Amino acid sequence: MATTKDEVLEGLAEIVNEIAGIPAEDVELDKSFTDDLDVDSLSMVEVVVAAEERFDVKIPDDEVKNLKTVGDAVNYILANA
Amino acid sequence: MTAENRTVVVTGIGAFTPLGRDAASTWEGLLAGRSGVDVLTEEWAADLPVRIAARTAVEPGEILPRPLARKLDRSAQFALIAAREAWADAGYETPATDVSSKLAPERLGAVIASGIGGVTTLLDQYDVLKEKGVRKVSPHTVPMLMPNSPAANVGLEVGARAGVHTPVSACASGAEAIGYAIEMIRSGRADVVVAGGTEAAIHPLPIVAFANMMAMSKNNDEPQRASRPYDKGRDGFVLGEGAGVVVLESAEHAAARGARVYAEAIGQGLSSDAHHIAQPEPTGAGVARALADLFDRNQLDKAEIVHVNAHATSTPQGDVAELKALRKELGEHLDHIAVSATKSMTGHLLGGAGGIETVATVLALYNRLAPPTINLDDLDDEVDADVVTGEPRKLPEGPIAALNNSFGFGGHNVVLAFRSV
Repeated sequence: MATTKDEVLEGLAEIVNEIAGIPAEDVELDKSFTDDLDVDSLSMVEVVVAAEERFDVKIPDDEVKNLKTVGDAVNYILANA
Repeated sequence: MTAENRTVVVTGIGAFTPLGRDAASTWEGLLAGRSGVDVLTEEWAADLPVRIAARTAVEPGEILPRPLARKLDRSAQFALIAAREAWADAGYETPATDVSSKLAPERLGAVIASGIGGVTTLLDQYDVLKEKGVRKVSPHTVPMLMPNSPAANVGLEVGARAGVHTPVSACASGAEAIGYAIEMIRSGRADVVVAGGTEAAIHPLPIVAFANMMAMSKNNDEPQRASRPYDKGRDGFVLGEGAGVVVLESAEHAAARGARVYAEAIGQGLSSDAHHIAQPEPTGAGVARALADLFDRNQLDKAEIVHVNAHATSTPQGDVAELKALRKELGEHLDHIAVSATKSMTGHLLGGAGGIETVATVLALYNRLAPPTINLDDLDDEVDADVVTGEPRKLPEGPIAALNNSFGFGGHNVVLAFRSV
């Protein structure tokens, strides 16, 4: 599936908006999920499950702890989708 | 007053009920004799033996932001809305954990009960598991369904660190929570406690389960006439949902900050039946013991009592057993007591009942008005008490007291007492 970085960022922004209520335009590559976007460890599980479905990618539980920023998640999705 | 026997007062009230989105609109509905019961229009209700209930007047999603609401069971949503109202009503502007708070979080508690807990979350997530698979079950499921979730979320909201508690005793839960909170302040464990009850159990499984116990009214054709305590035609309770919450405070603490006081929370009387898991003890002996316990352990003169917000759920046995107990313990004083069965309007909120009925009792004292009991067309011959019908009843001037009764499956009896200030 040919997905661009911008498309993944836009998709993640929609997911974070849905789950944490953060305006989509505030979801930027350098933002930390926990520190900047009010996504706690439970909500992060929701973000991961929604991202898996949306981008047709598997994000193993062990990998989630490495996804600290939105950029980390975008890069992982681009590399594995 | 020693630290073990401090006077407790009510300084804030909040309600989210079938009659309104707050305490003021709920009170207005009670005085007007308005029923909050209606037909359940959901598809799942079509084939049920009971197709009526008292939904909240407003959907909580209209008040709470969606990212917050989606992490809370409906029962916790109700509790949070009512607790926010009560907290602001008491004059508190920030959580106790805020740097600007004059109230130390270590002196603040929260006690919020429900009878059934996060039952809709549990059942909905089981549907998700079966229909969509393991991965789709919400990671918020456990913190949503645990029965202490409303208390914990209210505790987080106000910054309570003296203790967060959830007594569970079916339909007596809300009253037991308020009684527990009174004891926390009396004994010196806390200066302020946010306390009440909440319930959100309008779902096919609880409805069918209660209906199969023959506990619910099946008057599906006349929803607003179905809840009729003390009427000869009563045929069971009508399920309601919502929450009622009060802010309780030591009298000294309230006076020191110049808080408005609605009423004194005198204390509680408790007992248990050891009779049957779900049937009320028919002579009212257990309820009478709770009343006796109230008078034994509290400074309260029977002649002061002018109003009782009765448990009266509209079941054939329970309504009469409660009045027998009141007659046994209060004797001829009962002749001068205005009895109100507000479940005739709100339906039965199970663990939320003690919460909203405490709000109603406190407002009755504060406004010196007892709300009516609606749908009482043909008084049961066994009713030997002055039940208020039609217009609200003016309560006397001077120092007056009122009781709020709650009883639960399992044989739990809780009587709360309040006094005018």
